[in-house]
Amino acid sequence: MKKLTLDTLEDFLRGTAFLGTGGGGDPYVGGLMLRQELEKGAECNIIKGTDVKDDDLIVPIAVMGAPTVIVERLPNAKSCIKALRKMEELMGKKATALIAAEVGGINGTLPFILSSYTGLPVIDGDGMGRAFPELQMCTFGVYGVNCSPIIVRDEKDNEIIVNAENNHASEMFARVICMQMGTKSEIALYPMTGKQMKDTAVHHTCTLAYEVGKSIRDARDTGSSPLNGIIDYFKTSFDKRYCQLLFEGKITDLHRETTDGWARGTVKLTSLKDPNKEMIVHLQNEWLIAFIDDKPVAMVPDLICLVDLETAEPITAEAARYGQRVHVIGVSVPANMRTKEALDTFGPVPFKVYDRYIPIEEIG
Amino acid sequence: MQIGVDVGGTNTDGVVMSNGKVLVSDKTVTTENVGDGVFNIIKSVLDKSKVSANKITSVMIGTTHFTNALVERKKLQKIAAIRLCLPAADSLVQMIGWPKDLVDTLQPKKYFAKGGYEVDGREISPLDEDEINKIIDSIGKQNIDSIAVNSVYSPLNSTMEKRTAELIAQKLPHVKISLSHAIGKVGLIERENATIINAALSKLASEIITSFEEALLKLNIAAPLYISQNDGTLMLPERVKSYPVLTFACGPTNSMRGAAFLSGIDESIIVDIGGTTSDVGYIKNGFPRQSAVAADVGGVRTNFRMPDVVSIGLGGGSIIRENGNRIGPDSVGYLLTKKALVFGGDTLTATDIAVKRYNLDIGDPSLVKNIESSLLENSKNQITNLLEIAIDKMKTSSKAVPAIFVGGGTIINKEKIKGISELIIPENFSVANAVGAALGQVSGEVDRVFHYDKLGRDKTIEIASEEAKQNAKDAGASEKSIEIMEINENPLAYLPGSSVRLQIKAVGDLENI
Repeated sequence: MKKLTLDTLEDFLRGTAFLGTGGGGDPYVGGLMLRQELEKGAECNIIKGTDVKDDDLIVPIAVMGAPTVIVERLPNAKSCIKALRKMEELMGKKATALIAAEVGGINGTLPFILSSYTGLPVIDGDGMGRAFPELQMCTFGVYGVNCSPIIVRDEKDNEIIVNAENNHASEMFARVICMQMGTKSEIALYPMTGKQMKDTAVHHTCTLAYEVGKSIRDARDTGSSPLNGIIDYFKTSFDKRYCQLLFEGKITDLHRETTDGWARGTVKLTSLKDPNKEMIVHLQNEWLIAFIDDKPVAMVPDLICLVDLETAEPITAEAARYGQRVHVIGVSVPANMRTKEALDTFGPVPFKVYDRYIPIEEIG
Repeated sequence: MQIGVDVGGTNTDGVVMSNGKVLVSDKTVTTENVGDGVFNIIKSVLDKSKVSANKITSVMIGTTHFTNALVERKKLQKIAAIRLCLPAADSLVQMIGWPKDLVDTLQPKKYFAKGGYEVDGREISPLDEDEINKIIDSIGKQNIDSIAVNSVYSPLNSTMEKRTAELIAQKLPHVKISLSHAIGKVGLIERENATIINAALSKLASEIITSFEEALLKLNIAAPLYISQNDGTLMLPERVKSYPVLTFACGPTNSMRGAAFLSGIDESIIVDIGGTTSDVGYIKNGFPRQSAVAADVGGVRTNFRMPDVVSIGLGGGSIIRENGNRIGPDSVGYLLTKKALVFGGDTLTATDIAVKRYNLDIGDPSLVKNIESSLLENSKNQITNLLEIAIDKMKTSSKAVPAIFVGGGTIINKEKIKGISELIIPENFSVANAVGAALGQVSGEVDRVFHYDKLGRDKTIEIASEEAKQNAKDAGASEKSIEIMEINENPLAYLPGSSVRLQIKAVGDLENI
């Protein structure tokens, strides 16, 4: 994908919702912001990670906060631009390109919104390949890029620069500031060189988001199964992911609560064919691990995606409700999200959902 | 005694009810001037029941008229929209993503001003009354009679919206004002969309409600008039004149409420079979389960409280093809009594199959006596299959539950359906929606973010429940009858102090019933 346009926007948004694996915030608001600028004639160019020079400055951009607040307070484009400019000032050079910190959910659209204002291209890639709830859960940081300095700011031009001892601490301090700003802040973080970006990013994820979204629409348009559309797409996609239908069922129990600042919970699904067969999916902002009969069938960082049984529209954890009929789809993630360092940061052990990581294709 | 009326797109139905029983019911066609149709149906049921007008204690009307006006882009008015938000929440202008023809119809004038709140209750910035007055002056020069006002986090704090309304009323006393906190929930854009739709309907609302009031006047009915809202409870006419958008989706809600009442069952699947479509929903405690997904009305995304309904293209007028292997989704609709075989027409419909299969006395049964058994068998299987799938979607567990069938098209199925324990077709099934309108409960709600760490969960819910009960009482419910119908807790991720969005609804019977 070379450009994000009005023609490709809806497919891209659907794909970012899919890659959000239940979290990351509803891309609807970000999509409207992009549509507004694209309709005015703005352009969003996408370049490959390999298209930049090793010493170029690349700046990830995101909105931090609670999805429930973002739908009311809205991300602010002017504040994003100021965050970028401040980062350029601190780094002593102009940015060559933008990149998403998180392709899943609303943050998949943020760099494009900024691109539509500044004309800067967006790198086809991101730092998560999905959605995660905390700033340090990012391949940039896993492979040595410093999360600090972080520019945390809002529309009132409150602007705080966080320089912390490590990426965990960066998250901790930025979160406190974000809450004071109304639980929604625009942030620029992980400033990096072109070389660092090439070495640490999860590549081609913007194209992936677009193509997943398109595979769902194509199947609907031709009257074939959107589920098969998704599975066939991943099997033949450029980076050959493992993809499998994990479960077909109905949501028969739903439990959500807030503990330690997380939206935690479980969803129970009951098979449509066999009422004795159940799946339990654990939620911690995103879908993290799925069990059938106490045996895990997929776990973080592999993607667990709940989609509507008929339309394959991705279902966010907030929108999940009793009685919904869903397909649960599991998708493997690229190798650089499965190394020991990566799993130590965003695998099942740091999320405290399982004692070791088992790749989805090995569970079968 | 109460009168319940349902004004649909095609039919206007009415019932007279006394002591929880339906005395009489009738159907007429909906007229161009809906007030005339309401007059006709009330006159007809009064005549039929021989009840004199002064014995009527209340009249309840449910209408899909405002929804239809939006969908058909008819009788909408020009609006201005003010958002209290600066310096925040201005990244999206009003009405982004709306269908172009609707935007052209409303010719919106858009304004942004300082104001709004944070999630924790702090002000984004104080309301600047000079700024608001300048906006009002600008609107006043443009011949606009309806203004939508939306402040960030107005569901948490409505003070700034209310103050803005006061300022507008001082300078432009004739202008209709729609305030977002009275209409929608958290979700700035969806709530604003609903508020703007409301503003566009406000002139029509006055006309329609006045025509209802005039119909009652002509009939010498002095009893109070109530209008159904989308959650199955009632509003006073004055409130509907200000908030017509709250009547959206009252149609399916009323038929479900009516079905629950007529059958005496308060937790069940409801199947409302009309002429063209069937709506399948679920009631618990006598009220419809609400949908969790964003509701799209006339091409505009909103966050209305809508009943959770699956609609399928199956009704009494559904056209049957391929030897019974294909049914609908198209229908002969209101032309059923001309086009169906039993009425001498040339189109095979679901009604014709029912007449043959169940030996019904509708039209001229001799006209369908030659329908072959394979066609009959295939059609029956298709109909039950369509219903089974829709019903299964609405169930919350694999456990068999009863299903209540209502609506004029109910005759097309008497077969046992998989997944239900019992198929119930109550008396007066064809006017369940008018019965639903007559049920006359009013509600009070609380929907805000609470912090459990201050008083603890139980105490917080208790306080919020009392507030909901008070709201129900303020809306006209008799104190004795008020009960808490629903408590929803939604924890807010990332927020401190165990923050929870609590939605509590209290309902009660009207004082005068």
